[in-house]
Amino acid sequence: MILQTLAFYLFAAVLLASAVMVIASRNPVHSVLFLILAFFNAAGLFVLIGAEFLAMILVVVYVGAVAVLFLFVVMMLDINLTELRQGFLQYLPVGALIGLVLAIELIFVVTGWQLSPELAGMAQAPASGLVEHSNTAQLGEILYTRYAFLFQGAGVILLIAMMGAIVLTLRHRDIKRQKISRQVAQKPGDTIEIRKIRPGEGV
Amino acid sequence: MNELSLSDLQIVLPEIWLALAGMALLMVGVFTSNRSTRLITGLTLVVFIIAGVLVNSGLDGTGFGGLVVDDRFGAFMKTLVLIGAGLTLLMSLGFIRREGMERFEFPVLILFATLGMFIMVSANDLMSLYIGLEMQSLALYVCAAFQRDNLRSTEAGLKYFVLGAVASGMLLYGASLVYGFTGTTSFADLAIILSGSDVSIGAIVGLVFIAAGLAFKISAVPFHMWTPDVYEGAPTPVTAFFSVAPKVAAVALLIRVLTGPFGGLFAEWQQIVFLLAVASMLLGAFGAIAQSNIKRLMAYSSIGHVGYILVGLAAGTAEGINGIAIYLAVYLAMSVGTWGCILAMRRQQRMVEDIADLSGLSRSNPGLAAALAIFMFSMAGIPPLAGFFGKFYVFLAAVNAGLYTLAVVGVLTSVVGAFYYIRIVKVMYFDEPGDAFDRPVGRELSWVVGLSAAFTLLFFVYTGPVLDGAAAASQSLGLVTIGEAQSAVLE
Amino acid sequence: MTDLLREYLPILIFLGLATAMACVMIGASWLVGPKNPDPEKLSAYECGFDAFEDARGRFDVRFYLVSILFIIFDLEVAFLFPWAVSLSEIGQFGFWSMVVFLSVLTVGFVYEWRKGALEWE
Repeated sequence: MILQTLAFYLFAAVLLASAVMVIASRNPVHSVLFLILAFFNAAGLFVLIGAEFLAMILVVVYVGAVAVLFLFVVMMLDINLTELRQGFLQYLPVGALIGLVLAIELIFVVTGWQLSPELAGMAQAPASGLVEHSNTAQLGEILYTRYAFLFQGAGVILLIAMMGAIVLTLRHRDIKRQKISRQVAQKPGDTIEIRKIRPGEGV
Repeated sequence: MNELSLSDLQIVLPEIWLALAGMALLMVGVFTSNRSTRLITGLTLVVFIIAGVLVNSGLDGTGFGGLVVDDRFGAFMKTLVLIGAGLTLLMSLGFIRREGMERFEFPVLILFATLGMFIMVSANDLMSLYIGLEMQSLALYVCAAFQRDNLRSTEAGLKYFVLGAVASGMLLYGASLVYGFTGTTSFADLAIILSGSDVSIGAIVGLVFIAAGLAFKISAVPFHMWTPDVYEGAPTPVTAFFSVAPKVAAVALLIRVLTGPFGGLFAEWQQIVFLLAVASMLLGAFGAIAQSNIKRLMAYSSIGHVGYILVGLAAGTAEGINGIAIYLAVYLAMSVGTWGCILAMRRQQRMVEDIADLSGLSRSNPGLAAALAIFMFSMAGIPPLAGFFGKFYVFLAAVNAGLYTLAVVGVLTSVVGAFYYIRIVKVMYFDEPGDAFDRPVGRELSWVVGLSAAFTLLFFVYTGPVLDGAAAASQSLGLVTIGEAQSAVLE
Repeated sequence: MTDLLREYLPILIFLGLATAMACVMIGASWLVGPKNPDPEKLSAYECGFDAFEDARGRFDVRFYLVSILFIIFDLEVAFLFPWAVSLSEIGQFGFWSMVVFLSVLTVGFVYEWRKGALEWE
């Protein structure tokens, strides 16, 4: 138990510190690297609460793909952070105010916490299943059958995302390619035309 | 549920059809390259017509363990979505050819957006709501930025994407709060849990977030900021599409969410809808006055129309929903027609978008001027044009529900709105003529404009199908409990 | 401690070891190594003259397209894990459900391929 608590504080502390560094570091590439560290620690926290599937997804999708995308985007945009930062102090009061409002809202929500009477019955079902199954297996048991409709919907959304990325960014440059089959099949008549031209007359 | 039953598939047959057709058309397009844009657009229209038949012959009930629902309300709204999407796609044919937008992805994206709207309209679970909304939004973001070499189009796409993502985030946050405090995402279960006497404040906070996210999608004030910029920047056929189909779908979704699972919290959400309605009507009326660009003007006009639609929702009665259904049908016709006229505003092979460019249109192109005048008078709500009936039914529902403030604000803002609508008529008929617009405007465009003008003008002669459909739609939601809650609140 | 977490204990120990090793290595070389910095040593060396521009060039937009297509397929793979784990439970319906999902993504893949989005030059 003590190890679990220690691990929690370790992950949480590193997560918060790296989250602060994401917005505080001068170099945007460092920000992305700190973001990756934050993802790893969040994955650790997920493992601690027993959500090992979410932890793995966080590592596979967020660290493996999203962070790489961010890195590319940061490299592509070539942001000059010192310029971006100039308005920081100016916007600080507004940002602090919004943060305060959100904090107050959260406090309201938490103090108003009240479980609905029906909840107890509903929460029983997954908890009992958790003993024998990992939550990856549990997800699998409902995602592809009970929620098949939403699963296919997610597939179509991914398809649209693919189309969108290609429609918006793919450009065809005029690249001359060598097509050997066409080269070989070429006949003299395809490219050359021989005409007799008498002196004094045009083509 | 480990087996798929046939009735599940029958419930979502229109959605399956659209998805399969969309993928098939994508394949046709990619194997024939961009030459086939016209063919794909035509095929998409055929797909829409078949989908319309499927929608209206489907059976009522829920499918996939309550994830989706099919009823008369859904069928009516889906038909409107299909008409809106089909007509705007038809109008876009000329535009996309001339403006270098001729890529086959455009009709396919519109088709997938329509699929998303279908799922939104028949959502019966917070998760299907979100899947539908994201499917629609993702396709629309791409459509807004479709002219990727045009700075304004890309800017519109980016703005729409960033603000839309914020709205989706809010909605998702609200949905997770609701799930956390009630333990279910199903609309049917939520309706039972939330109609109890002591509902936790967390679920109410969740409701507010969901309402805010959806208000963004229908561009109700104060979540309207994106609308003028996106309407102005996006390619005109896309804007025409934005102003009809997604709006119908989002309004339908808002109605379904608020009256279904959150029906028990009527007193809570009525305040929100009331505020949204008043603010939208006021901003729609006053914001439009100073506009010189007709696309921006139409953006403010659509914000105002959303305000009138919300008046019907604030009433919370079947009568109010009936009014909204009629309003949406009428708004669809007027809006498609107006955008058709805007698409015909071309001079020297370029689109012009200023209201001043319309000057003297009555002499250079009397047909177009007459059609636009009909739409403007109708939008202003002048009887006996269709727009009047839309407003009439909505205000009547508000008055019957005791919401006199809303009705009065609605009538007053209609008067203000009439000012800028009629100013356009004045510019067309009484100002000195400028250069004439390019002729011909295109066969499809003339047909669509003529058809919508005829509908708007002659609506009062033959109202049958729309009124019947709207009545069936509003009845199928079963709003009796809300009416009772309403009268309890009043007492 | 639950059984689930006990399975992850080796990873935690491994993580601790890795962190400790890294700290020791970097810390020791920082402590022991000689350091006499001066401005010339610290500045970037570019053939003897002052650096003209930032060393970091802009990336081509094509990297973005490749990585976004990668994310999409990565997500698709993420859906495969729970499916593989629970395939024995979910029967025919679950199996065909995934096949349909993969076919949708295959349509996207064919589209990508034909559009030439997977070609670099």
